[in-house]
Amino acid sequence: MKELFSRFRKHILIFLAVLGPGFITAVVDNDSGGIYTYSQAGARWLYLPLWTLLPITVALIVTQEMCSRMGAVTGKGLSDLIREEFGLRVTFLIMILLVFLNLTNIMAEFAGVATSLDLFGVSKFISVPIAAIVVWFVAVKGNYQSVEKIFLFACVIYVAYVIAGVLVKPDWKEAMIYSVRPRLMLDSGYIAMLIAMVGTTIAPWMQFYLQAAVVEKGITAKEYRESRIEVIVGCIMTSVIAFFIIVACAGAYRDHPTDIQSAKEAALAFKPFGEYAFILFSAGLFNASIFAACILPLSTAYSVCEGLGFESGVNRRWREAPVFYWLYTLLIVVGAGIVLFPGFSMVQMILLSQLLNGMLLPVILIFMLVLINRTSLMKEWINPRAYNVVAWATVAVVIGMTLALTGITIRNPQ
Amino acid sequence: MAETFLYFTDLLGLPVYDLKQRRIGRVRDAALVPLIHPARIDRYLVGAGPSWLSVRYDQISTISLDGIQLSNEKLYPYHSDEYMLRIQRDLLDQQIIDVNGRKVVRVTDISLEVTRADRESLMILEVDVGMRSILRRLLQGVVPPRWVRRIQRPISPNSIRWEFCNIVEADPLRRLRLNISNDKLERLHPADLADIVEELGPAEREAIFETMDSEVAAEALSEIDPKMQASILEALEPEVAADIVEEMSPDEAAHALSELEEETTAGILEEMETEPLSDVKELLEYDEGTAGGMMNTEAIVLPEDTTLSSAMLSLREHEDLLENTHVLFLANLAGQITAAVPLARLFLADGGSRLRDLATDPLISTKVDEKQNRVTELFDKYNLLALPVVDDDGSLAGVITADDVISVLRQR
Repeated sequence: MKELFSRFRKHILIFLAVLGPGFITAVVDNDSGGIYTYSQAGARWLYLPLWTLLPITVALIVTQEMCSRMGAVTGKGLSDLIREEFGLRVTFLIMILLVFLNLTNIMAEFAGVATSLDLFGVSKFISVPIAAIVVWFVAVKGNYQSVEKIFLFACVIYVAYVIAGVLVKPDWKEAMIYSVRPRLMLDSGYIAMLIAMVGTTIAPWMQFYLQAAVVEKGITAKEYRESRIEVIVGCIMTSVIAFFIIVACAGAYRDHPTDIQSAKEAALAFKPFGEYAFILFSAGLFNASIFAACILPLSTAYSVCEGLGFESGVNRRWREAPVFYWLYTLLIVVGAGIVLFPGFSMVQMILLSQLLNGMLLPVILIFMLVLINRTSLMKEWINPRAYNVVAWATVAVVIGMTLALTGITIRNPQ
Repeated sequence: MAETFLYFTDLLGLPVYDLKQRRIGRVRDAALVPLIHPARIDRYLVGAGPSWLSVRYDQISTISLDGIQLSNEKLYPYHSDEYMLRIQRDLLDQQIIDVNGRKVVRVTDISLEVTRADRESLMILEVDVGMRSILRRLLQGVVPPRWVRRIQRPISPNSIRWEFCNIVEADPLRRLRLNISNDKLERLHPADLADIVEELGPAEREAIFETMDSEVAAEALSEIDPKMQASILEALEPEVAADIVEEMSPDEAAHALSELEEETTAGILEEMETEPLSDVKELLEYDEGTAGGMMNTEAIVLPEDTTLSSAMLSLREHEDLLENTHVLFLANLAGQITAAVPLARLFLADGGSRLRDLATDPLISTKVDEKQNRVTELFDKYNLLALPVVDDDGSLAGVITADDVISVLRQR
């Protein structure tokens, strides 16, 4: 028994040791926005959207690899590079965009907290303020490093989606066919969902977060190869979980596809677990939401302060870095505050936030592409042609879909 | 109306008039030539049509928000000049080191003083950071400069005097041409310098360590996070790295080298001189988690029967060790450590007394293979400043000092 325990401990230690920026970013990628978007995709469109996962994964790997490469080679964050290469005005606009997008994401995380606890009858007026205060303190006063490991370990709960996806006895043949057969429809709901899937998987904030984390960890161009493997493994894992969330939801809703309106409906994916369904869904969603809620405001405050040249860092005092702390606090207060509005429709707003992330992703990607192709910056590490093709194609496709969505919406106003 | 100072954001886009009051173009950039003058704007680059003209400071008669009036019309087209530090291209939006505030800052704007002698010229007064300068940059060219000055008034300024600014340039050739030195950095406390260096990118970091006096570099390097130490040493030429490692105390050097890849370590060891080399090599043998991995080999050991006056003499010989010595050790004829004498006790004793009588009893010591945990426990329990580490035969292998223990505890 004792031997078993020590072996178990050793495995956990190895698991924790290989955790790097790429892996953590990938895990946080499946946050409240991710869970709801994939659930909605499966519940409303069944297996149809599965084909997008393959191209999205490729695009995700390429963009994440680009960020970590830029971080390793230049030793600077994305907002630093934008400032140095494009000047203050451009940086200012990008930062406004980033703050806006991340605010919608932070809102989505707190909405995730609210909906997950709502399943047990906890009012959002209790859960959200408490979560906001906890989040604020964990980063500023607490020891985030150790808390992070707990979050990561709790993410094992995602395995439940894989099990549910199998237990629900989906139509595997259909799932496999739709995984490789692209299905396009000029339906505004369908296109919006595709954009949201891109936006939630390749979220703009992740590019800033990952690059900053690579710099923070002191990974250099030389050690960068190992880091790349971790990035790729993380991205694939993200997509595998996304696949099973869609399959589980598609299985649960195969007879009557619907738009998901509440956590209760999203939790139906866990129907095979019977009475434990709510607990599993709630625990997974809660952990994912609060994990991302801890990272997002902090990462935003760091990016903005670095780009605009304000002092930043939790090791500085409030008086030394006022902009940093005020921004951090405001992001949490506003993000959590919006959720508390009476009549705030949680799930729709979460899905909308991911749609916005997708629509505005090309702006960030274009800047990344320009930067990573500058020889003065990247030397022999500039983007290989294949990477450029994939990343520019992502930009083009997302812009195309956004235009199509706008066109359809203007033509047939509801 | 004549201004006493201009912002660089004002200067950009100012019209330039020739002797006949014709506008020949607008200011596109300005440059220092640091080899000639460290703060005076020496060249104004004026965009005239598709090409740029270079105007020297002594060709100008007046400068104000209304424009620049030339006193001379012999203008040359601008061609890239390596001896120029261009404000817009090389300074704005880049990181510099604020030596006085001991931090890395990003340049948002520059304040220029208008000096009046027989002609008006501009001197760099301050580098502006913070909210006020951000507002200026955002409004530049959109709102007239005099309005901008009114709007920004309620925001308090945040600037660094030019003489406290240290520019970081990674390219050694350019550093020479632009007369950029790290003199100001060398006057900082090594711990502050270490904090600053940690904030910079890898290229700038290496540039600083390459050019700095190796003694200062060694002290700063000792204060840097071990992982970053390794990446800095790996990036440096082995000779430069060896020079720096030689100046580090042997335990710090061993720590830094143990983080490196074996090949790099061997390369650096090869370049090192013999004396520090043997100590470092010896320390590299010990496991990092033990007393041997924590200790350093620099200690003052005296014979048991030493008197105070002869002890003082030998202290003078070991002047270089004094800064980090808190305790003297006494050894018997067999070389075994028998007693520890706190340095402070020497001040109160009279000249004839034997050191043996000043020792703290009993002697607390530890073995080289003792676990780190045990060592910190000993420090806590006996309130130690220094702990002798002995070999199996009882002779002194090294000393662990309180700062070593603090480093270990901080790293957990």
